[in-house]
Amino acid sequence: MRPTSVEVNGTDFAAPPRPGQCLRTYLRELGWYGVKKGCDAGDCGACTVHVDGRPVHSCLLPAYRALGHRVTTIEGLAPGGEPHPVQRAFLDAQGFQCGFCTAGMIMTVAALDEAQHQDLGRALKGSLCRCTGYRAIADAVAGVTNVEQPGPGDQIGRNLPAPGGPAVVTGTARFTLDVSVDGLTHLKLLRSPHAHARIRSIDPSAASAVPGVLAVFTYADSPGRLYSTARHEDPRDDPADTRLFDDVVRFVGQRVAGVLADSVAAAEEGCRRLVVDYEILPAVFDPEQAMAPGAPILHPDKGAEQRIACAQRNIAVEVHGDVGDVEAGFAAADAVYEHTFTTHRVQHAHLETHASISRLDETGRLDVRTSSQVPFLTRRALCDLFDRPEQTVRVACGRVGGGFGAKQEMLTEDLAALATLRTGRPVQLEFTRQEQFAATTTRHPATVQIKVGARRDGTLTALRLRVVSNTGAYGNHAAAIFHSCHEAVSVYRCPNKKVDGYAVYTNTVPAGAYRGYGLSQTIFAVESAMDELARALGLDPIAFRQRNVIGPDDPMIAHSTEPEDVEIGSYGLDQCLDLVDAALRRGEGTSPGPDWLIGQGVALAMIDTVPPHGHRSRARISLLPDGGYELAVGTAEFGNGTSTVHRQLAATVLGTSVDRIRLRQADTDVVAYDTGAFGSTGIVVAGLAATRAAQALRDRLIAAAAARTGVDPAACELDADAVRCGGVPVPLADLAQGGWAPAGEGACDGSPRSVAFNVHGFRVAVHPGTGEIRILQSVHAADAGRVVNPMQCRGQVEGGVAQALGAAMYEAMVLDETGRVTTDTFRNYHVPAFGDVPRTEVHFADTADRLGPLGAKSMSESPFNPVAPALANAVRDATGIRFGALPLTRDRVCLSIAAGAELPPAHTAGVHPHE
Amino acid sequence: MDLNTITSVIEAPTRTDQARWQPGDAWLAGGTWLFSEPQPHLRRLVDLTGFGWEPLRAGETGLEIAATCTLAQLYAMPLPPHWPVGPLIRDCCHALLGSFKIWNEATVGGNLCLSLPPGPMISLTAALDGVCTIWTPDGGHRQVAAAEFVTGPRANVLAPGELLRSISLPDRALRATTAFRQISLSPHGRSAALLIGARTPGSFVLTVTASTVRPIQLRYAAVPGPAELAAAVDRTIDPPLYYDDVHGTPAWRRLMTLRFAEEISRELGGQP
Repeated sequence: MRPTSVEVNGTDFAAPPRPGQCLRTYLRELGWYGVKKGCDAGDCGACTVHVDGRPVHSCLLPAYRALGHRVTTIEGLAPGGEPHPVQRAFLDAQGFQCGFCTAGMIMTVAALDEAQHQDLGRALKGSLCRCTGYRAIADAVAGVTNVEQPGPGDQIGRNLPAPGGPAVVTGTARFTLDVSVDGLTHLKLLRSPHAHARIRSIDPSAASAVPGVLAVFTYADSPGRLYSTARHEDPRDDPADTRLFDDVVRFVGQRVAGVLADSVAAAEEGCRRLVVDYEILPAVFDPEQAMAPGAPILHPDKGAEQRIACAQRNIAVEVHGDVGDVEAGFAAADAVYEHTFTTHRVQHAHLETHASISRLDETGRLDVRTSSQVPFLTRRALCDLFDRPEQTVRVACGRVGGGFGAKQEMLTEDLAALATLRTGRPVQLEFTRQEQFAATTTRHPATVQIKVGARRDGTLTALRLRVVSNTGAYGNHAAAIFHSCHEAVSVYRCPNKKVDGYAVYTNTVPAGAYRGYGLSQTIFAVESAMDELARALGLDPIAFRQRNVIGPDDPMIAHSTEPEDVEIGSYGLDQCLDLVDAALRRGEGTSPGPDWLIGQGVALAMIDTVPPHGHRSRARISLLPDGGYELAVGTAEFGNGTSTVHRQLAATVLGTSVDRIRLRQADTDVVAYDTGAFGSTGIVVAGLAATRAAQALRDRLIAAAAARTGVDPAACELDADAVRCGGVPVPLADLAQGGWAPAGEGACDGSPRSVAFNVHGFRVAVHPGTGEIRILQSVHAADAGRVVNPMQCRGQVEGGVAQALGAAMYEAMVLDETGRVTTDTFRNYHVPAFGDVPRTEVHFADTADRLGPLGAKSMSESPFNPVAPALANAVRDATGIRFGALPLTRDRVCLSIAAGAELPPAHTAGVHPHE
Repeated sequence: MDLNTITSVIEAPTRTDQARWQPGDAWLAGGTWLFSEPQPHLRRLVDLTGFGWEPLRAGETGLEIAATCTLAQLYAMPLPPHWPVGPLIRDCCHALLGSFKIWNEATVGGNLCLSLPPGPMISLTAALDGVCTIWTPDGGHRQVAAAEFVTGPRANVLAPGELLRSISLPDRALRATTAFRQISLSPHGRSAALLIGARTPGSFVLTVTASTVRPIQLRYAAVPGPAELAAAVDRTIDPPLYYDDVHGTPAWRRLMTLRFAEEISRELGGQP
């Protein structure tokens, strides 16, 4: 007889699967939320479960095939209560950051045999992690313990574990959609097939007739207000060029209409039945062409009022500035190097796609649970959009499965909120991986023309940049990325500098914030050019940089002498250069063979520790009756490790250990305000607010104990259990009694700001016959100030390096001649897998910042920034060929070596026909 | 992913069901491709595993691989010592972009029927002179060489309603000494070129796959010298036959193809 139930983690479930349902959604509908959706296409492995002991990607397995079989999910891996050895190993090594891939990773590792352990690159090629760079995962597989156990004493500089670890490795951490909501409805979007079109009409009648369809939303339902999907402390940082649903679509993939239904299937069917009449408009994909006279204009009806620099020329934002006299500087140079560098379109590829659930609570308040880096800014945007007072909207995050800047954006919350406000129903909107690629945001592709000159002795005389970035159809973050023209330039002492920058609208998927904003693009050009200039002068590239970089007492001047609120709160660039120099001189990594060309290269990067125009954070910490503490912060944890660091900072101030501090976070209900987790602010802004809150509470506790005992507060000291007043302990539990709930509040407004430094070095072998680049040595030195948690900080560096190597060697978004993104799966957009990432030596400079919390600085975006130029410089050293465009794929490297000069990227320079 | 337009599944099909094939039907084998992309044009799945075919049958005439044999089953199959192609089979399994987890469901037949140029089961069965048995909707069957089965990217000889029943590898080919070369843009990525040389007494066949839109074979009585073989490959493969997608440019695929042809000649004893 045909079996009618599935055994999941020891229990039989008889729910009949739908005919085309995959096992992944079947399991999640049963409440096994440890089974994640990363790609829904079998590429990432986040949904890995065991069926009769065999690991499979549950997104690919027809659910009915599990009938009569035994399914084990992460929740059932260790039925006895004790963690499975692999779960234990991932905890001990802290083999995760955001934790979204972890369940699938553990289920995969638990199924490896001995031979597979010897070849992890192959064994784990179907398990993607976007955060760690895989070193911590390798440690977990090898049984290395990285974490220290919490305990009393100094909490700074210790490898204390992430508080979310136990929930992450057991699959019980609750990410955005890992909740059960009664009466949940589903919103799906119809997206534009045209790069530029006016919508004449949308006929919803056939869609509305689909059983289960509850509502159809089109431009007719859109609030009239223009806004930007980008979220910043100051909303005026971004042009207001976007409507919730517009009657003009400006890129393939733009939202055209939404269908709400009681099932995803009905909502999808409704979308297919919408009849849209488009008037096709001419489109432009290249930013230089878009600025030329006669080009199609994307936003002809907008202008200065919407903060668009020059709508008639498609220029969203422009910057111009100079100091000194660059022409005189070039005239005084003995060597001048001039070249054009291009960086391509890449994607964040965080494993948790954008998603929201909105509903009305019992009081009628709009409650949005979302995968965001910016819950408070999203609340403000929703209030603006729907004309609601702040107290009628709550925005909160669960655990967030990666972001890298992509979730500094409102891409789902507005739609879910609209549907809930119109229907009163709880609404879920979950993006597919295809939607992530086609219709969210990307890094800004950029072209940088650079000219740089120096005297014979190596002294820079002039530096000139012209930056053209492609912001896509909308200008979200178009202005913010031009901070790239600051740090990449001001790190060099040079009397004559000039910068011109244009962020240009084209009919392509919008670009947005991505780890480092525009810095990686500009630094690729500057650091490649510095390398060439050193070569032209016969100088060692590190010595050349040492001669020209700013020192601890130098002013930081980019293209203006206007005062800024940035200062050198600590200076470790010299140490970073020395550390990388020394490591490369050790010359680790042997050549694979006589056919290979060997070379080495370095690059440096500076970054402001906080974004400009303010970044505000509020924190509150209270003593609990049991003598522990509850720390509330607004900033979100999305794998950046701030939860760990906030506890360490507060515990240090309060003389306690981190396990005594419970954390509430990323919820507009728990603190007054937080600008959000972007711009590397988790430690230096939110952490400073938490530190100050803890300091305020410490002072109050000491004052209270002093008053109670009559001892001078100066003679009182707080420890883990009591305030010791001249030897008399006043237990904390006593202080929290009697109706008094001692609490401290802290604030930070993100100014003044400091700078952090990163230097990367590579030794590579390049095979001229195949184009393969093999990384023999990868070394990174970071100046993060006082390193609060070396294990986590190293993880941030390694993850940034891996992500940057992906962009430098493999990843490329390809658009076809219609402007459609064709690389919309991980099969065709290759993010680094385990076997693609070398181990990187990570060194830290010994500094302590006078502005950051307890001496700490930011270290989350910046490790990305020097990697691509360091690699290109090493490949240049090996092959003699200067690559001015990325990525350095094997095919292009091989053909360029054969041609004796760089060939352009075949698939990424503009558009490419695709089968 | 969920295929929400599917309204029914035939879990235990018969040849009669095959005769009633209709638009909107899809054969389901492992499902590892079918469930990996939206399929809004489909209404019904016909589950080939419901036929209950024996995955692998080894006999004196060779090895019959059922279309529904998974890569994991093929990978794990012990081969007799006179069939020294075990390493080649395993290399081809590893050449699949999907990991060992995918092998647990992905099938040999599915890999052929998907007909992507880098499909490593296409390479394997073509290189070992496989013969495909195709069941026709009228209840009959026909045969076609594995090397002729795929006609281009996502295109093959199957007519609507036809299905791939099995691939038979002849004993003679299974006795071959083989050489395998593969490259992709990343260490474990999708193949941009996959070449196999198979030498048996009195014959040598070079099979070019992944770099070309369909398998290309060159046959000789003995292994040609490296330069001779590479030159012959270059003459045989017209530039438009090199595949162009994000996994490698045609010009590079050509260079890798010629390079591997030379290497295979050297490995199998071709004299300069």
